Amino acid sequence: MTDTIRYEVDSDGIALLTIDLPGANMNVINQQLMDDLDTCVDRVLSDDAVKGAVITSGKAAFVAGADLNMLGESTGADQTPEEAFQSAFRLNSIFRKMETGGKDRKILAKQGTKPFAAALNGLALGGGLEMALACHYRVCADHPKLQLGMPESQVGLLPGGGGTQRLPRLIGIQAALQAITTGKPFNPMTAAGLGIVDEIAPLEEVVAKATAWVAKTASALAPWDKKGFKYPGGAGAMNPKAVQTFIGASAMVQKQTQHNYPAIEAILSCLYEGGIVDFDTAIRIESKYFVKLLADPVAGNMIRTLFINKQAVEKGSLRPEGHERKKIKRLGMLGAGLMGAGVAYVSAKSGMDVVLLDRDSAAAEKGKDYSRKLVEKGVSRGKVSKEKGEALLERITTTSDYADLKDCDFIIEAVFEAEDIKKSVTEATEAAIGDDIVFASNTSTLPITGLAKNFTRPHQFIGVHFFSPVDKMPLVEIILGEKTDDATIALALDYVSQIKKTPIVVNDSRGFYTSRCFGTYVQEGYAMVQEGITPALIDNAGKMVGMPVGPLAVGDEVAIDLSHKISKATRLALGDDYIESPADAFIEKMVVELERFGRKNGKGVYAYPEDGSKKHLWVGLSEHFPPAAEQPSVEELQSRLMVRMAVECAKCFEEGVLIDASSGDIGAIFGWGFAPYTGGPFSFIDTYGVAEFVAEADRLATAYGARFTPPQLLRDMAANGETFYSKSDTRGRLAKAA
Amino acid sequence: MTEAYIFDAVRTPRGKGRKDGSLHEITPVQLATQTLEALRDRNNLDTSVVDDVVLGCVSPVGEQGGNIARVAAMNANYAETTAGFQVNRFCASGLEAVNIAAAKVMSGEADMVVGGGVEGMSRVPMGSDGAAWAADPAVAIKNYFIPQGISADLIATKYGYSRDDVDAYSVESQKRATASWENRLFDKSIVPVKDVIGGVVLDHDEFIRSSTTMQSLGALKPAFTDMGAFGFDNVAIQKYPEIEAIKHVHHAGNSSGIVDGAAGILVGSKEMGERLGLKARARIKGMASVGSEPTIMLTGPSFSAEKALKRAGMSKSDIDLWELNEAFAAVVLRFMEALDIDHSDINVNGGAIAMGHPLGATGAMILGTVLDELERSGKETALATLCIGAGMGTATIIERV
Repeated sequence: MTDTIRYEVDSDGIALLTIDLPGANMNVINQQLMDDLDTCVDRVLSDDAVKGAVITSGKAAFVAGADLNMLGESTGADQTPEEAFQSAFRLNSIFRKMETGGKDRKILAKQGTKPFAAALNGLALGGGLEMALACHYRVCADHPKLQLGMPESQVGLLPGGGGTQRLPRLIGIQAALQAITTGKPFNPMTAAGLGIVDEIAPLEEVVAKATAWVAKTASALAPWDKKGFKYPGGAGAMNPKAVQTFIGASAMVQKQTQHNYPAIEAILSCLYEGGIVDFDTAIRIESKYFVKLLADPVAGNMIRTLFINKQAVEKGSLRPEGHERKKIKRLGMLGAGLMGAGVAYVSAKSGMDVVLLDRDSAAAEKGKDYSRKLVEKGVSRGKVSKEKGEALLERITTTSDYADLKDCDFIIEAVFEAEDIKKSVTEATEAAIGDDIVFASNTSTLPITGLAKNFTRPHQFIGVHFFSPVDKMPLVEIILGEKTDDATIALALDYVSQIKKTPIVVNDSRGFYTSRCFGTYVQEGYAMVQEGITPALIDNAGKMVGMPVGPLAVGDEVAIDLSHKISKATRLALGDDYIESPADAFIEKMVVELERFGRKNGKGVYAYPEDGSKKHLWVGLSEHFPPAAEQPSVEELQSRLMVRMAVECAKCFEEGVLIDASSGDIGAIFGWGFAPYTGGPFSFIDTYGVAEFVAEADRLATAYGARFTPPQLLRDMAANGETFYSKSDTRGRLAKAA
Repeated sequence: MTEAYIFDAVRTPRGKGRKDGSLHEITPVQLATQTLEALRDRNNLDTSVVDDVVLGCVSPVGEQGGNIARVAAMNANYAETTAGFQVNRFCASGLEAVNIAAAKVMSGEADMVVGGGVEGMSRVPMGSDGAAWAADPAVAIKNYFIPQGISADLIATKYGYSRDDVDAYSVESQKRATASWENRLFDKSIVPVKDVIGGVVLDHDEFIRSSTTMQSLGALKPAFTDMGAFGFDNVAIQKYPEIEAIKHVHHAGNSSGIVDGAAGILVGSKEMGERLGLKARARIKGMASVGSEPTIMLTGPSFSAEKALKRAGMSKSDIDLWELNEAFAAVVLRFMEALDIDHSDINVNGGAIAMGHPLGATGAMILGTVLDELERSGKETALATLCIGAGMGTATIIERV
């Protein structure tokens, strides 16, 4: 008996190792579990009365992977290469001892070793699956949704417990590459088909089946420890098929990662190099690449934002204390346009009833059609059952009658972005709903405090900003008006949690946080065109620095005339305070003179051929914005795009629009695709070095304009040697109260 | 410093590099052996004076492995004292072998050396030797590896060569090659390949398609579109971000053909030539190799030509004839543009688009071809060069004596 593993030996001499971390609802591989597993393996191997062992879990899941908090702490740790290697190799050496019995290679090949079997009662991810692969036999519960996978690449790491070596030796290089680089899990049936698991059994039988296998197995030997072992499909630097696979994979990976994700490259190297050498050398190579990734800031930044902090906000870290969790049963959705239709769908999907209201029933029905299409698609692809799909649609009631909102316990408004329309809709709704019902607006441009004036209970008025397409975009930006109270915030967060999206909470500001900062990306792209920089270079710079699309291409998607409208409205609202942007002239010319609005009218920076063929840069652009003879380097453009966005994010922090650094990072990545490998703008500034960032921003301000001038906050931080995050503080610096 | 002279140049005809190619039944070592035999027999050469045999070979594995140069020398019954070694400068291997032979003479290490090359592409396919450059992800990703076809399309895109431009160049190559064969201009160098019973299996370049027209080429689909879409176009653009999209213009009809063949050039000092009673045909005036940007890969020739000219104290106007391997049409178009060379002064007998490119041998083949042409036309100087994998160029300048 150890702290994390129960050790029992039955009358046949078969040890049952039940992993059960105290005080946790999931098993994760931490230091304690490694120590305990090491001890248990030694005990199995040294006790002559023990014939072999079965490993299972005392939780619903088997093992969910490594403890990312532990790994997060060891990123960038100050160790010698040898120390770092030894610490990374620990897991590999324990697993390898389990697999070989600690025997010399030649003796092992002759004798085999005591059999270990994994009884996978539930999900096995990352180190959990690697542990199972290091066993000689795997029995998996037959639940179709049970996940078996190696998601490490998603947080900038690689499977460091032999996963990059055992999986390709089991299922071949191509399939393993795919699984490990994408992190996509297998279900038990697929895994069995590929040979990742040996047997599938009902949940209650997995331990018995695994035990039975151990009982009948006198000695076991991993396939790769047998003499003459060959990879399925071949491997090695002289195997034409394997070579072709790697040549292709390297290109595909560069296309996807633009050289920004070292983990993907390291995974390729582990598989390639591991296919040339013997297993024991291969796992040493794997551990060395693992150490290399841990030392790179990308992994630490990705773990912190994409895992630790994302999970924290999803679990309610932003929720004000002292308010009971509530469940929304019936949502009133005002406006059945693209956004309203999307919100209705995701809400109904999560089990809520939705009253979808628009001007007339035809418009409301059209909004419901959006859900019908998505359901139809889901059913035809077998993602959702016909019954569930029908039930979802039945939960959406369409109407044009405000009286139908009376039983709703939460209202979201997504009508046309015009103050007068918002006003009349808000008033009509308030008259129909209960006097304690929260009203949320999905505006993306109009300040919430202003809109709240249309509602007699401004403390129960809040912004919930969705992103399009709502069913795909994971973020919801919650915006507080001046008077929004804590109970209202809590309820809005409960709603977001119910529809399984990721929330951030921000204070009111023009464009809030995401729209305001995202806008600078597009605007900077336009400023560059105005300067005579060629559009291909600009959009390639955006993609190469890690943004999902170039600024000009995404500008076409959101529509140039919309940018025009917003800047006009902003100019009107700010009066003399409006700061002229070099993008203004570009936008003015495109919209007013050239009537190029973007994809919506088939004419933007890109041309969208009517025959549906691929868009391409509009050839006329160079006529109206003549290219400069001297073009800047792509690195200069990358710096401009990143620093411009990050400066605006830092301003939002300084002004108190953001409440903490982690919200800023999460909002940036999930809201507008801010280069995920950076961990978000605040992680980016930290990694850059605050002082170095300030110097670069000052340089750009001198070269291109005051919009790059860093806020005083960053100068102060630089002067004091401060950062947004520290080892002990994953949430990051808190902004001053707004 | 001793000067290096060319005394003779021979080559096999080029056979289609496929199973139905005429040379498919002939081993690569036989191809090399027969060129070495020809050099010996045409010149009544006492092979004990031949210090070394340097052969280029790009896929030196299997039957081309194990130092094919020494093996071919033994097989050709050269004197036991004739050493041999194989070099790999990718597509310029054959020319590099000649340059090394010349350098050995110039340095005084040797008096008489054979430089040449061999590639039996129908038997040992390209890529048979593997390559960290392409296959090792740590290397390929770091260095933005793309296959040569994509590089050629990148050149065409970057420098604005249209499909018509590259096709027109290729039609002309076929015309020139056809005319050269009709006028028996290659007779001096060609060594027909014989089989084990002494029968001639090939006496002409069988890859030529004399009937090629703009229309017939126009029917061919670009060859590298799918490969590009898979990711390589994107890799190219990451290296050349001013480009919106790669325009794919190359196909089998405007790229060099895959063929089998071998070539040899006899290089030596004036003194040894005189002692043996051999007439020097040309003097090696300059040589150079240079590295260039590896992703666009095939722009090295102009840099190597400039470097060789500079080292020889010569200028462009001193060169009467230019010979650049036609790896892809865009490579030659770019070279002509970079050095401002008229099409009538380059590859005047056609090139690899028409006759094929037996990788390890081509460099020695084109040097021999341009030497024959200098003699025929009464011109004095020529520069031969090739574009090279991983971004290099090798050049050799010769002058008739």
